[in-house]
Amino acid sequence: MLELQQLSLHIGQQPLVRNLDLQLQPGQLHVLIGPNGTGKTSLLRALFGELTPQAGSIRHGGETLSRLQLARWRRRFGYMPQNIQLELDLSVLEVVVLGRLDSLGMRLSDDDILAALGALQALGIAQLADRPMYSLSGGQRQMVLFAQVLLRDPQIMLLDEPVSALDLQHQMQLMEHLHRQTRAKGWISLVVLHDLNLAAQYADQLIVLAGGELQAFGPPAEVLTPELISRLYRVPVDILHDRDGSPFIRTLRPESLPA
Amino acid sequence: MLDTMALHGALARQRAREQRRWRYLLIFVLLIGVSLLLDVATGPSLLPLRDVLTTLLAPGHADSMTQAIVMDMRLPIALMALVVGAALGLGGAQTQTLLDNPLASPFTLGLAAAAGFGAALALVSGGFGLSPLIAIPLGAFVCCMLAAALLFGLALLQHVSSQTIILAGIAMLFLFQSLLSLLQFLSSPDLTTQIVFWLFGSLMRTTWDTLAITAGVTALCAVLLYRDAWKLTCLRLGEARARSLGVDVTRLRLKTLLLVALMTATAISFVGIIGFIGLVAPHIARMLIGEDQRFLIPLSALCGALMLSVSSVLSKSILPGALFPIGIVTAIIGVPFFIWLILGKGRKRA
Repeated sequence: MLELQQLSLHIGQQPLVRNLDLQLQPGQLHVLIGPNGTGKTSLLRALFGELTPQAGSIRHGGETLSRLQLARWRRRFGYMPQNIQLELDLSVLEVVVLGRLDSLGMRLSDDDILAALGALQALGIAQLADRPMYSLSGGQRQMVLFAQVLLRDPQIMLLDEPVSALDLQHQMQLMEHLHRQTRAKGWISLVVLHDLNLAAQYADQLIVLAGGELQAFGPPAEVLTPELISRLYRVPVDILHDRDGSPFIRTLRPESLPA
Repeated sequence: MLDTMALHGALARQRAREQRRWRYLLIFVLLIGVSLLLDVATGPSLLPLRDVLTTLLAPGHADSMTQAIVMDMRLPIALMALVVGAALGLGGAQTQTLLDNPLASPFTLGLAAAAGFGAALALVSGGFGLSPLIAIPLGAFVCCMLAAALLFGLALLQHVSSQTIILAGIAMLFLFQSLLSLLQFLSSPDLTTQIVFWLFGSLMRTTWDTLAITAGVTALCAVLLYRDAWKLTCLRLGEARARSLGVDVTRLRLKTLLLVALMTATAISFVGIIGFIGLVAPHIARMLIGEDQRFLIPLSALCGALMLSVSSVLSKSILPGALFPIGIVTAIIGVPFFIWLILGKGRKRA
């Protein structure tokens, strides 16, 4: 379990998150949603040990995060930051293999290369293996970087907007893979998404963050109400349900609202 | 279901990519061998190539004059060209990696300007009571390391970005250039001439001792940098991503900056300012083999070594009997070649 107790985060003097208590369970896909600038990325960075909390603690496996054991702490994480600007003359395969940085020898072993290819194949993008990174589209880069994170074989997955550049097919491919592997491998997965419908479709638990505070935590069907979404995002919405019973959010244009 | 055939095909192609990079390294080693030989064979005394070869292979069989020219004068200078070229090429490559900027080099960070100021200060102050042979390199080295220490301090601060370090470096470049101009303004014409000559950069001051020091420092720094080859490759993905892969970016930045400064300061102290190689050699290496630092580290060093060695040959060959300052030759020959290369690269990517 990854446990946050009374966590407070600041950027400079600006408070971002206040007194956050959360418990994230293994084998569950948690999706973090909230308006822009509410500290979602900062929260992920704090969990990875990149931002020092002003107060509170982060615990996992009986250990509390501290500066002293940062390298060991980070080894448990597969962390995918947002930025996908990679104008690099490295092949896709060579980028993915860096996911095994901790154990790479000076000569890449066949095992390293095959593991990287396996990750690419699992995401249906093995055909990109020989392409230089600079020649890929933003979406392709995002898939490649997800494959790199998979290769770290983590206990905890932190993905910051991993589908922001993906088309529908690849969004689904990535989320399906993440969902399956979270269950199968017992990962604690925490994903930041802006697409509320995708969040509703895949999240076991939704975490709603706004104004520096936890607004709601629980299964999407319980958390996603028109009142909450309208209040957070300041847009009128309707909530429908798809054939699996997952909530489906539709924004309403002003002219369709009753006068 | 994994397609085994496709996987093994991709594995074979990766191995082929690595072999191609090894071939580049080998080609550069061979070219350097040829250039070294030409460098030793070229000079105002017009020794036949055969005599030079005989002397190199069996120094005891050569007459004392030939032996002195080849073994005591030309060979250390030719080897110094390789060592300094390697130090500048590798230093440039890692500065670019470190700061994630293709325009960065120890020169754009003001390290060379600081060394120039240090050398000039040693000349103007009469060598601080030491022999000029010691005082000038020492002054250059100390000032260069002081400039590096300032950048080091900046890099220590977690929130300072690469751009800030580059800007601070450029500011230092201007500061030391101005201080150097001030020294020249205040000096006698004779001293000013000496300063200008030092700034031109020359391998002619090389002795076996200075060669041994430069080679030792460069080799040590190169080995230490090579040990971080994978981490430096990760750094090319950006600092945030390198951290996400488990790299301690601040520590890597400090260590690399220290090694680059040490290597560059040592090289510049003994030969003066030889620009351009630190900028161009890494670009050529990168164009040939990409960003995999396991290969980029040795190839940028080999590329720098080859460039300076060829420049050394040319500096003696442009006008028979005359010696052009090598720093000038490097830029005049290198700039058109470099522009041709980057235009070609642009076409390839487009």
